[in-house]
Amino acid sequence: MTVMTLIDAIREAMDEELERDPRVFITGEDVGERGGVFRATQGLHEKYGDTRIVDSPLAELSIVAIGIGAALTDLRPICEIQFADFIHPAFNQIVNEAARFYYRSNGQWHVPLVIRSPYGGGIGGGLYHSQSVEAFFAHVPGLKIVVPSTPYDAKGLLKSAVRDPNPVLFFEPKKGYRAIKGEVPDDDYTIPIGPARIAREGRDLSVFAYGMMAHYTMMAAEKVAREDGIDAEVIDLRTLLPIDKAAILASVKKTGKALIVHEDNLTMGYGAEIAAVLSDEGFEYLDGPVKRYAAPDVPGVPFSHPMQEYFMPNPDKIADAIRDLAAY
Amino acid sequence: MVTTTTARASARLSEEQLLQMYWYMLLSRRLDERAWAMHRQSKIAFHISGMGHEAAQVGAAFAINRGVDYVHPYYRDLALMLAIGITPTDFMMSLYGKKDELSSGARQMPSHFSSKALNIVSSSSPVATQVPQAAGIAFAIKYRQQMGLQDPNDETQPRLVFTTLGEGSTSQGEWHEGMNWAGVHDLPFICMVQNNLYAISVPIEEQMAVAHVADRADAYGVRGVMVDGNDVLAVYDVMAEAVERAYNGDGATLVEAKTYRIVPHSSDDDDRSYRSREEVEEWKKKDPILRFQKVLLEETILSDTLIDDYESRARDAVNKAQVEAEAAPWPAPEEAIGDVYAPLEAI
Ligand SMILES: Cc1ncc(C[n+]2csc(CCOP(=O)(O)OP(=O)(O)O)c2C)c(N)n1
Ligand SMILES: [Mg+2]
Repeated sequence: MTVMTLIDAIREAMDEELERDPRVFITGEDVGERGGVFRATQGLHEKYGDTRIVDSPLAELSIVAIGIGAALTDLRPICEIQFADFIHPAFNQIVNEAARFYYRSNGQWHVPLVIRSPYGGGIGGGLYHSQSVEAFFAHVPGLKIVVPSTPYDAKGLLKSAVRDPNPVLFFEPKKGYRAIKGEVPDDDYTIPIGPARIAREGRDLSVFAYGMMAHYTMMAAEKVAREDGIDAEVIDLRTLLPIDKAAILASVKKTGKALIVHEDNLTMGYGAEIAAVLSDEGFEYLDGPVKRYAAPDVPGVPFSHPMQEYFMPNPDKIADAIRDLAAY
Repeated sequence: MVTTTTARASARLSEEQLLQMYWYMLLSRRLDERAWAMHRQSKIAFHISGMGHEAAQVGAAFAINRGVDYVHPYYRDLALMLAIGITPTDFMMSLYGKKDELSSGARQMPSHFSSKALNIVSSSSPVATQVPQAAGIAFAIKYRQQMGLQDPNDETQPRLVFTTLGEGSTSQGEWHEGMNWAGVHDLPFICMVQNNLYAISVPIEEQMAVAHVADRADAYGVRGVMVDGNDVLAVYDVMAEAVERAYNGDGATLVEAKTYRIVPHSSDDDDRSYRSREEVEEWKKKDPILRFQKVLLEETILSDTLIDDYESRARDAVNKAQVEAEAAPWPAPEEAIGDVYAPLEAI
């Protein structure tokens, strides 16, 4: 075991997959000599050269389309979108193309593509360097969506993404790149795409979160345990699509209450689907309303610090939401 | 512009190859006409036609390594598809939407071609999306060669990608970005724009301010050539050169084939509101099949008897395909929910 940051784990996963499989290559803006604006690919150009670590033109739809084309020939591209905020020009290629190839060709053509992108706010990035975009894509059958919150999960899940025959969107909480540290095994391992993880066992209520909010929710759960004696179960969803209904239902069957936390804005966010699953299939387990704690419905994360902090969920605010639901 | 008559690659085509080219153009036309008739008889819901484009498509098909080189086509490419190995029955099955239809298991509308076995990549409906993907395929070919995963001289492997679209679709950002990658990386990539002067009703003058699509090639650092798209041998000539360049690692080519669709955009369109009958009649006189027929008659490769013979063979092939597709079963309703994710073992 080695203790490392989230971004180190992501880089190690790519390094080891590049080493393992000559079909793996990386493209994106500034991924070459610069090593990526967040340094996710630092040192990889030096090690693997121009052929495999390819600076792209500044053009997101073709970063994805080049990945799709290469994947169709059975290469294993990892495409980096520099910020999730800039993925929208590639929406057509992701949603109309990558997601639909397998279905529309009756299973003839599959697209083993990974699209990595840093997402999320709280970093002074304003409207266009802070977005959470998972909800747009979580509506699309044929895509897989992964949002890790720990170095261990990030490495194991990214390796699984590279080895998956389907297009995988891999959203990385950029605020946690260096803030989140954890133990990572030294040998090769993978974590399957799909299953959620019980991050903290508890009896009183279930809190569902992912990415940076899973990290904050863990802090909030410790706080309410300490201060209020509330025993919250924390489920780190890790994979948003396909959705792990079994894990969601099993947890609420045990606790009877559910809170969903995300930093994406509330309306039509990912939490709505979890609430719907619980209402459809977990109604008899519930001892209270399914609650969502999410960012306000404004068009983006504002830049100025006080407004940004107002927008962002944090461990204290999540702790309050937990207390409210526990008291119901 | 390109190739002089003295150095014409098409001069090296055998009589047999020339007759095959004629056959695919004719077969495509008769199959296409039958589809229109079936639509008028309410046997099928939709047809989108390649009538008028046959020379551009067949001339291109014969220049590439058919069934081996990647092709990422668009909806007008019936003649191109037949020349590569899609059968009339495959096409008829797609018109009806019958079970196990080759391209998509009848999930897609007709003319959204695909055959993994023939390296024909599945196409969608949003125009131009295939172009940057084709650049990705070309990137992958070059990558494999550089990584030693593929011998550049191995003719059993795909050595280029050929993609097509209409002139109106070049207004899309997708086209621009795909061409840009092809230029930046000098990819084994050929993009043929089948310029039929209209995008549904919108004439080319409202689509672009340059006189020719090929003029844009310079902006991407790729070679641009224009060709009379109704002259199958001229198309073959420019394509042969583009193919040679791609195989030799000399980079990408943009081919603009000037042509005309002699029928409405699709079975849902009425073209009388946006183009004159005189214009359409003028272009019908330049019909690429009649034109090629004339050349082959002059060269005594074709004869009147042979023409009749080809006609009856085409009629038989179309009849047989229609009968087979009509007799084929419909998909089970539950086939609607298969193939969302490839299983992990697909790797
Ligand atoms: C992105 C997108 N917008 C609109 C359409 C509807 N549409 C289908 S074909 C077409 C015209 C295409 O014209 P052109 O590219 O010149 O090709 P042609 O049909 O003339 O061969 C349009 C507008 C579409 N399929 N995709
Ligand atoms: Mg057109």
